[in-house]
Amino acid sequence: MYRSHVLVCGGTGCTSNHSAEVIEALEAEIAKNGLAEEVKVVRTGCFGLCAAGPIMIVYPEGAFYSRVNADDIPEIVTEHLLKGRPVKRLLYQETVENDSIKSLNHTDFYRKQKRVALRNCGVINPENIEEYIARDGYEALGKCLTEYTPEQVIDIIKRSGLRGRGGAGFPTGMKWSFAAANQADQKYVCCNADEGDPGAFMDRSVLEGDPHCVLEAMAIAGYAIGASQGYIYIRAEYPIAVERLEIAIKQAREYGLLGKNIFGTDFCFDIEIRLGAGAFVCGEETALMTSIEGHRGEPRPRPPFPAVKGLFGKPTILNNVETYANIAQIILNGPEWFASMGTEKSKGTKVFALGGKIHNTGLVEVPMGTTLREIIEEIGGGVPNGKKFKAAQTGGPSGGCISAENLDVPIDYDNLIAIGTMMGSGGMIVMDEDNCMVDIAKFFLEFTVDESCGKCTPCRIGTKRLYEMLEKITNGEGTLEDLDRMEELCYYIKNNSLCGLGQTAPNPVLSTLRYFRDEYIAHVVEKRCPAGVCKNLLRYEILPEKCRGCTACARNCPVGAISGKVREAHVIDSAKCIKCGACMEKCKFGAIVKK
Amino acid sequence: MKSLEELRAIKAAAQSRLGIRNDDAAAVKVVVSMGTCGIAAGARPVLNAFTEEIAKHNLQNVAVSQTGCTGHCPDEPVVDVYVGNAEKVTYVKMTPEKAARVVAEHIVNGSVVTEYTAGAATK
Repeated sequence: MYRSHVLVCGGTGCTSNHSAEVIEALEAEIAKNGLAEEVKVVRTGCFGLCAAGPIMIVYPEGAFYSRVNADDIPEIVTEHLLKGRPVKRLLYQETVENDSIKSLNHTDFYRKQKRVALRNCGVINPENIEEYIARDGYEALGKCLTEYTPEQVIDIIKRSGLRGRGGAGFPTGMKWSFAAANQADQKYVCCNADEGDPGAFMDRSVLEGDPHCVLEAMAIAGYAIGASQGYIYIRAEYPIAVERLEIAIKQAREYGLLGKNIFGTDFCFDIEIRLGAGAFVCGEETALMTSIEGHRGEPRPRPPFPAVKGLFGKPTILNNVETYANIAQIILNGPEWFASMGTEKSKGTKVFALGGKIHNTGLVEVPMGTTLREIIEEIGGGVPNGKKFKAAQTGGPSGGCISAENLDVPIDYDNLIAIGTMMGSGGMIVMDEDNCMVDIAKFFLEFTVDESCGKCTPCRIGTKRLYEMLEKITNGEGTLEDLDRMEELCYYIKNNSLCGLGQTAPNPVLSTLRYFRDEYIAHVVEKRCPAGVCKNLLRYEILPEKCRGCTACARNCPVGAISGKVREAHVIDSAKCIKCGACMEKCKFGAIVKK
Repeated sequence: MKSLEELRAIKAAAQSRLGIRNDDAAAVKVVVSMGTCGIAAGARPVLNAFTEEIAKHNLQNVAVSQTGCTGHCPDEPVVDVYVGNAEKVTYVKMTPEKAARVVAEHIVNGSVVTEYTAGAATK
């Protein structure tokens, strides 16, 4: 029996911030102080507050240490664990109030969150199945197998109103009922863990922090549609998630929660992992299944839909990681509980990966219908350095931008589509006044040009031509006619592409054209980038009245573009200038400006 | 796994090990003084005895934690017990044997072991 548990985040974010070294130092120091029998160290999944990582919580006090360094460990062990005096200097400052320590749940970051899919992340040891069982794990599976018929399970999921969390938002219960209705000797359950959107990491975090919840939900899905085999398709770039999934599958088999005759019934179900090689298109369902079959990951036309003819030609359901993470909770708490959260057409909660120009970079889970303002200003802590919020990009390369005027729109599937973006998997990148929206559109388009599989022409050639037009504009060579032609091409690509990749690829361009057309016009007409990002439109100039002729700029210019005599105003030759900004950094008098 | 009962047995056993990770304030708090004076007077075996006894009685929702010197150095090891909103009870000159009695009588049955308290010691 341990009197204290020390939880250290072992998610990818904190691991890259050296949390493994923290754990090592902690274990060594605890042993040195003879506390090994009293204090238990637990490596958990992501807590969500990645910006403050590496994160560590000490129970029973619930003391929340942030940005822990291995060098701080001896002090924490001797002061806190040995003598019981939390090291206030190292605690997350918001939790220290007068002389007492507040629980994490009372901080701005966590107060407004509602954790359903992430309920076990940062709470349990993901490599220990018993900790998952202690938190009601596998009870939903047991309940389904022993108390409900497959039809009843599907009915519960339908009534909950759960929609696919992978992006498109198709009702999960409907998907299951289609696959259940098709008779076949073999059916399959697949999990899409090929999280490819730049900036999205919620699926990785669920798999790293709570892998069993996905296994349990897949088994429930298998029971509901009559499948005995499951596949998890996960990117090879997620080594920690893959390792924990492998451990989880092994443990579930040992406990008889995967395999033959689960819970003493006739139901048999097993799961295998398939690694993706990092192609974005494999997140599309038909390409994903083609890849599992061992072929080159390319999409095929639908219908037939996977529920009719999917993996190996058999009826298949494919759900996203976060969708599965909700299933067991819906079974245990009832569909009414789930449907009580969210908006009329989007029930439950949604996890967002907050990134970009925001204080609390990390993972947040909020009820559907929360406004962007609440997420960014209250939970995310706002835009840093006193800059002004410009837009939030959701849905990755398939989505679009939400501008400041739409900050108070309640976020759900339908509202986001109405304002020209989409939920996507839940990446949310915040941008401030220093971001150029044309450049952002170009960035996402460059990604889709790269990732287009090349099977259909509208996507393969269309995105490339669209990218060239954007390049022309950011080089200051665009015309107003280009803007109209771009829009026309966008709709052509959307309407004629084979799969979701091409159908959504123009969205970043369309939505920036809709909300930030003035920036495009500034690039085209005034040959000016208002945010000062597009290099070819930039000019560095020296203000003669401020220049003291110290020669610091001229000495630091790598291409010798600056000339002038000592104690006389200098001049930049814009023909030679490569716009590196080195002169501006070195000038002590603020005499160099970017135009 | 053969039945839900088997799962629930594993769950109950695992829960007793995880009760400590509860963010809602525990109903009962046992705070052991662990300053240099306390440790020298034998606070560590007392602390361990509390942890073990609480596990033995299978009590959830009881947190054992430590604090520094409370200023009663001659009376160490000193232990404060907080039950719900009731005023704290301070036990002095504690031993592992006394700890077992405090758990059984005070924490489980709700009757303070008056003879071990600071009040009784000063009389």
